[in-house]
Amino acid sequence: MTPLWIPRLALLLAAFGAQAQGQESQDLRTRSLAATCAHCHGTDGRALPGAVVAGLAGRPAAELVEQMRAFKSGARNATVMPQLAKGYSDAQIEQLAAYFSAQKAQAPR
Amino acid sequence: MTLRRRELLKAAGAAGALALTGCATPMIGTPDKARVLVVGGGFGGATAAKYVRVLSDAKIDVVLVEPDAAFVSCPLSNLVLGGSRQVADLTVPYTALAKQHGVTVVRDTVASIDPVKRVAVLGSGASIGYDKLVLSPGVEMMWDRVAGLKEANTQGRILQAWKAGPETVALRRQLEALPDGGVFAIAIPEAPYRCPPGPYERACVVAAYLKAAKPKAKLLILDANEDVTSKGALFKRVWAEQYPGLVEYRPQHKATSVDAASNTVKFEIQDEVRADVLNVLPPMRAGAIAVQTGLANSNARWCNVNFLNFESTVHKHIHVIGDAIQVASLMPKSGHMANSHAKVVAAAIVAELNGWEINPAPMLSNTCYSFVDDQRVIHVASVHEYVAAEKTYRTVAGSGGLSPAPNELEGRYAWNWARTIWADALG
Repeated sequence: MTPLWIPRLALLLAAFGAQAQGQESQDLRTRSLAATCAHCHGTDGRALPGAVVAGLAGRPAAELVEQMRAFKSGARNATVMPQLAKGYSDAQIEQLAAYFSAQKAQAPR
Repeated sequence: MTLRRRELLKAAGAAGALALTGCATPMIGTPDKARVLVVGGGFGGATAAKYVRVLSDAKIDVVLVEPDAAFVSCPLSNLVLGGSRQVADLTVPYTALAKQHGVTVVRDTVASIDPVKRVAVLGSGASIGYDKLVLSPGVEMMWDRVAGLKEANTQGRILQAWKAGPETVALRRQLEALPDGGVFAIAIPEAPYRCPPGPYERACVVAAYLKAAKPKAKLLILDANEDVTSKGALFKRVWAEQYPGLVEYRPQHKATSVDAASNTVKFEIQDEVRADVLNVLPPMRAGAIAVQTGLANSNARWCNVNFLNFESTVHKHIHVIGDAIQVASLMPKSGHMANSHAKVVAAAIVAELNGWEINPAPMLSNTCYSFVDDQRVIHVASVHEYVAAEKTYRTVAGSGGLSPAPNELEGRYAWNWARTIWADALG
């Protein structure tokens, strides 16, 4: 008689695998979304030395969300950012802020 | 030189090994065994090479084939014509892509691509197999659309300087030799062409130089289009207010032939124009390798792609990005946009080679700065989202816009953008 736990374990492992893959796949999408900021703010939000546009890496998520909302609503005036901020949903802004806040301000060497 | 040779040998050796194993199916589920070949090291290709490495956590092997020794930025190259910058200021080496990111950089051209066997044959004769090919070939000038232009260009008489480099410097020399009271004329092809606002920016920056150095000179903009194709109201205001009597804009001037001996350009309808310095831009199409591989299936000029992963609609596993594609509505052929395409394609390739579903909702951004003299700048910005129901990109409702007027703050932002995007692509 086939012990029941074998297929169950296989199912469990498969589910765990799918979940891990799901997380990696989701992380890739977040990194891809964050890359739409990199042209001006630097790869992974790390501004170049002497940059006149602020870096995003390592800044508190709440601060980044607040700034983006202010650009989006028009409360904060600027040249390009009010126009770009309106292109991102509130959920995307939260996602971006969480990502950049988790990045180290200095590039890993 | 030795580095180049070593890299070539390495690439050729790897290609030999891969040719033995063959590659009938891509290495899905084993990204560490997969190879992405990137053809062309401009804004699109360099970014794609870097981001496939970055987003795969350096698992996927990336080979970049590029004939030039270093990247030279087209954006900002009009400043070389204005005299405030040198080509060296716009030049970035490929070394960081190799050293920081482990991209194998091969200095060569691609002579042919076999989309079935998935092998590219290089100009040197070596061949490189691939699981995925990212083709970022830029544009090719359609010389035959303007009779006499190819010969005049080869002789160095009538330049295009639409690929930054030696021609940019040569055109600057022609401008320096222009007599005070002379005429500089730029002829613009029908859209779409690379960098929609580029010709108008060029007119502004050259006008700034002429205003200071040769105040009696005149600048003619001979546009095949019905009207200015980008930032029209802003450019026209600059010409009227900053360069009155110097710049003259003439729409509906479609160049058909040039005569290098008399420095004359003829048009489909309008009277011919003679100028002391002629800068004639012919119509453009996807880079030659894309056309040759049969990928330019839109009007025999541009490459249709699946916008979710930029895969060619002609051949599987070939992804075309940058100026060479048939664009979506309101999507400019710009360096920034090519960089945006590259990131979507890199993420899609990483997902696919891992066996994951590709992102069903990719986003693109674009910011384009144009100088109106050597300091002041105007921009246009946009955010684009993939709309599944239409299988294309649309600008996000309410987003995007233009500068209200030229300003120096954006001049500083433009330089910051340039340094940052070069580093994002190549650093």
